[in-house]
Amino acid sequence: MKPHKLPDLRGHFGKFGGKYVIETLMPALEQLERVYEEAKNDPQFKKDLNYYLKHYVGRPTALYFAERLTEHLGGAKIYLKREDLTHTGAHKINNTIGSALLAIRMGKKRVIAETGAGQHGVATATAASLFGLECDVFMGEEDMRRQALNVFRMRLLGANVIPVTGGTRTLKDATSEAIRNWITTVESTHYIIGSVVGPHPYPMIVRDFQKIIGEESTEQILEVEGRLPNTCVACVGGGSNSMGLFYPFLEKEEVNLVGVEAAGLGLDTDKHGASLTKGSAGVLHGMMSYLLHDEDGQVTEAHSISAGLDYPGVGCEHSYLRESGRAQYVTITDDEAMEGFKLLSHKEGIIPALESSHAIAHVMKIAPTMKKDEIILVCLSGRGDKDVNQVADRMGVTL
Amino acid sequence: MSRIQDRFNRLNGNKALVAFFTAGDPDLSASKEIFSVIEKSGADLIEIGVPFSDPLADGPTIQASSHRSLQNKTTLKKIIELVRDIRSESELPIVLMSSFNPIFVHGQKAFVDDAVKAGVDGVILPDLPPEEAEEFLGYANEKKLDMIFLLAPTSTPERIQRIGELSKGFIYYVSLTGTTGTKSALSTNLEEKVTEIKNKVQLPVLVGFGISGPEQAQQAAQCSDGVIIGSAIVKLIESHSDPVERNRSIAEFVTGIKKSLTNCS
Repeated sequence: MKPHKLPDLRGHFGKFGGKYVIETLMPALEQLERVYEEAKNDPQFKKDLNYYLKHYVGRPTALYFAERLTEHLGGAKIYLKREDLTHTGAHKINNTIGSALLAIRMGKKRVIAETGAGQHGVATATAASLFGLECDVFMGEEDMRRQALNVFRMRLLGANVIPVTGGTRTLKDATSEAIRNWITTVESTHYIIGSVVGPHPYPMIVRDFQKIIGEESTEQILEVEGRLPNTCVACVGGGSNSMGLFYPFLEKEEVNLVGVEAAGLGLDTDKHGASLTKGSAGVLHGMMSYLLHDEDGQVTEAHSISAGLDYPGVGCEHSYLRESGRAQYVTITDDEAMEGFKLLSHKEGIIPALESSHAIAHVMKIAPTMKKDEIILVCLSGRGDKDVNQVADRMGVTL
Repeated sequence: MSRIQDRFNRLNGNKALVAFFTAGDPDLSASKEIFSVIEKSGADLIEIGVPFSDPLADGPTIQASSHRSLQNKTTLKKIIELVRDIRSESELPIVLMSSFNPIFVHGQKAFVDDAVKAGVDGVILPDLPPEEAEEFLGYANEKKLDMIFLLAPTSTPERIQRIGELSKGFIYYVSLTGTTGTKSALSTNLEEKVTEIKNKVQLPVLVGFGISGPEQAQQAAQCSDGVIIGSAIVKLIESHSDPVERNRSIAEFVTGIKKSLTNCS
């Protein structure tokens, strides 16, 4: 298999990626690229990062054999990579700790972030609090309503949560507003992007900070099973947990990589978030990637039950992997995700985030079709505490 | 010689006034009228904005204007038709300003062909920096469509040099670290930066993004070759529902800016 050495020097993954931003930001991206290269090769940076990942985030996270779920589905053995067990309850913190350390290295005292489900906002606010940085988080008004608990958490952590009222008031608009704020404050502020999206070098940096998910998983599965999994499954909104899981497996041809997008109310409706499945190449938020947009190039609304998958774009490296055929992308509807949410709660005592529930729901489809000695490795990207109110609402339960 | 270059040559050292408005706000027939009002009021070049759902470089005024235009189902194709229509009656240089995605979806080569045929003289694509513009520049240079690049307060000497070499028509200097129309003060190092650019670059350097009235226009023009006014005009369009009043207020405003520029050259 061809070695995967992307992005190239100009930040491209094939035709995807790049730096589609206004001139004002170009020098900041060049600086970030430079500082990141230096940091990557600096043993002290690695030491600091590993220290916080171990003692603060709680890594390595467990790789757990979901025995009752496996029995229930009656097929392949299912292992869960427990990113839900990290400090703050989702994989997002892997990136925000690393990025906050980069901000400090660049001498920037303020960080900003966009957030959809609130997990990246909470993780950024947490890192900012840990390192004494000022923190503003941009969040769509609609998401603030859906994720009121996370809004309060961010405020407790000392961050300002700034409501975004433009467009659909969700992740897309929060990202646009964060970029506009960055254009205005670029000299003093580092923008911590929450996913493998945005202009180069962001998709590369976020992937590199998240690839620890796949690296630990490789080591852990080899220890327990003595071999690699047949299939890796992870949900894809922007695609950071999936990219982090997939990356160390890219050159292991025998491992199937499956990304699960949000089909929302169904792919035949206009209410979904399946950019890779139903979109086409386009430019949004500083990169070329698959995008949901109309025939005039206007970006269309995404929809998903989970705020974290409610995004019309997707990471540019995923677009590349889809076109090269190295990864496959499938979809799961809101209703199917709810079934995944309930099943994992019942069978394993683990309440998954609605985002991760999409990955579980896909496992429900494929595990029974696989042999009992085959292995599925699923990234359980976050825990579902934040979603409990929304799920109760949907089930008609008043809390 | 391109219409843009010709216009600058004929200014004879006078300062240029570039005016911006969003096509299709409040509607396309109003856009044609607005163009004519601005031309008669003394603008040297008109920049027509192509609306986009997610304009990252724009402040609230132009975002809202884009939104209104899209509500009216304005498309790039209709804007190219608008230019064709205007071009049959006017020789004023016309520049389209757009986010890259509508152009990319239209097809880069097809866009350049269609735009040039309709009478567009140049384009400003803020989110298409030289690093990503190779393909587009190939088509644009072949068809003599001027690609106007941006420079910013944060631009390094190397970037100023390189962008100066690639840009055609003029240099759009973004006078503030921010989005369009959001700050009322010009940046403190404006003169220093514009002088640095003018030392390296042969093209006229125009200042835009933070200029809202005659005083700032005069101040910015002292050290540059002219100014670009956008949000201030869009605000007048937004605040007047009566077309007669709207046209009168735009005429008055543009005439005022033009006068302030005459005084400073």
